[in-house]
Amino acid sequence: MTMALFAAGSISATVDTPEIDDTTSFWRWDFAWEVLPAMLESFFKVTLLVTVVGTLIAAVLGLIIAILIRLLPRPLSILVTWIANFIRMTPIVVQLLIVFYGFVWMEPMTIALVVYGVHYSTYMSEVYRAGIDSVPRGQWEASTALSMSSGRTWRRVIIPQALRSTVPSLGNYAISMFKDTPFLISISVMEMVTTALEIGGFTYRYIETITIAGLIFLVASYFTAVLVNRLEKRLAYAY
Amino acid sequence: MRVLVNYLDALSMHGPRLWDGLLLTIQLTIISGLLAFVVSVVLGLMAGSRKWFVRIPARFIIEFFRGTSLLVQLMWLFYVLPLFGPSLGAMLVAVFALTLNYGAYGAEAVRASLTSVPQGQWEATVALSMSWPHKIRRVIFPQAWALMLPSLTNLWVHLLKGSSIVYIIGMSEFTFELLQLRRTTDWFFSLAVVGLIVYFLIALVLTQLMRLLEARAKHKLGMGPSLKEILSPVPKIDTTPTKDTSVSQPAGGVR
Repeated sequence: MTMALFAAGSISATVDTPEIDDTTSFWRWDFAWEVLPAMLESFFKVTLLVTVVGTLIAAVLGLIIAILIRLLPRPLSILVTWIANFIRMTPIVVQLLIVFYGFVWMEPMTIALVVYGVHYSTYMSEVYRAGIDSVPRGQWEASTALSMSSGRTWRRVIIPQALRSTVPSLGNYAISMFKDTPFLISISVMEMVTTALEIGGFTYRYIETITIAGLIFLVASYFTAVLVNRLEKRLAYAY
Repeated sequence: MRVLVNYLDALSMHGPRLWDGLLLTIQLTIISGLLAFVVSVVLGLMAGSRKWFVRIPARFIIEFFRGTSLLVQLMWLFYVLPLFGPSLGAMLVAVFALTLNYGAYGAEAVRASLTSVPQGQWEATVALSMSWPHKIRRVIFPQAWALMLPSLTNLWVHLLKGSSIVYIIGMSEFTFELLQLRRTTDWFFSLAVVGLIVYFLIALVLTQLMRLLEARAKHKLGMGPSLKEILSPVPKIDTTPTKDTSVSQPAGGVR
């Protein structure tokens, strides 16, 4: 049986689900096996994509925000700081809904990438700020003494040193972005948990789909955490 | 002008419902926040323990609830748990999910702050042969408390923000009411102006309250001004003479 699942905008997914009459038995391996491909598909096509592209946007935009706050004249930098605080301290769900209902012509997937990128860039800008602050004053003074231009100082002296200490924190925010992707259910993007619920809605079997979604999250975030830990250790040694 | 009147009309019509939703959100934030704090202290102390049969289960629980996403936990408690366990209402499901998820994150903060209490303090409690509850309550926790407060504040704001998704399981909290308001007014008014600003204000109040708590905790450890000094409207003039750094401090430090 093929079902075209409802999805907002132009994103739609077609999921093959088996005919299930039996809605009472506890856990069915055959059903779990049947739904696994659809779950993995939405995991790779949406969840992972949003996480990776969102992280890239957030990492770049966060650095820009952090440098802007440092370089702009005081009133403007305070304004930028408050805008960043505002975005950081308000729910991403409401932000998604605002863009979803406000810019109806945008693809839900584009909305997802932009909102996740911008939301997490405000977190990452804090990380970068701390990294920039941790560069010793002597480095700034040495650059001045060598009469380096401002741009050269940033590119060649400050940012390379600031970035090194930020990598683990950035990794942790990438993980937390990954775990926030199910919030995309609010704008009906078919990420993994939404797919799980859609299948559940048609077959009245939630136990396999939701449990599988949880397990995939657990495994994926565990391995990313291990990776980040290793990176942290390696960067610590490199000094 | 007319647009504004329409907005105000819609707001006064939906006002009571929005207010109810807001109260529910605040309730969720406070109840789950307090419960999550209890969970994080218990799990954090367990995870910091030397005994493996205490530490391993705690680590397992923490990693489990940190690793699976909040929405998955919400959905699992809502749809799957009733298949073999009690069918909790939407409110209980929301409170449980928020408590366990953010409690697990908090446990890591508690554990980390316990380990950053200086080793000498732990050794001193052993030297004084203090019992475990005594040393935790009187020596270790007060110091860890000041260290853990900033991360707990962050997590509490995260919890507030995370509570905006529970409308998915049919809770009529603030985000849900905002979406209802969207039907009769302009989207921007309902979601952006009312929604974001109100959430932001709640978050600001939370962080400021926690900052006061942090100042109090630090003052009790002999660092920083007391709450009374911070809250007094008259700025206090610093009358303490500037310390001459060349004079060596007496042994025992400034405590």
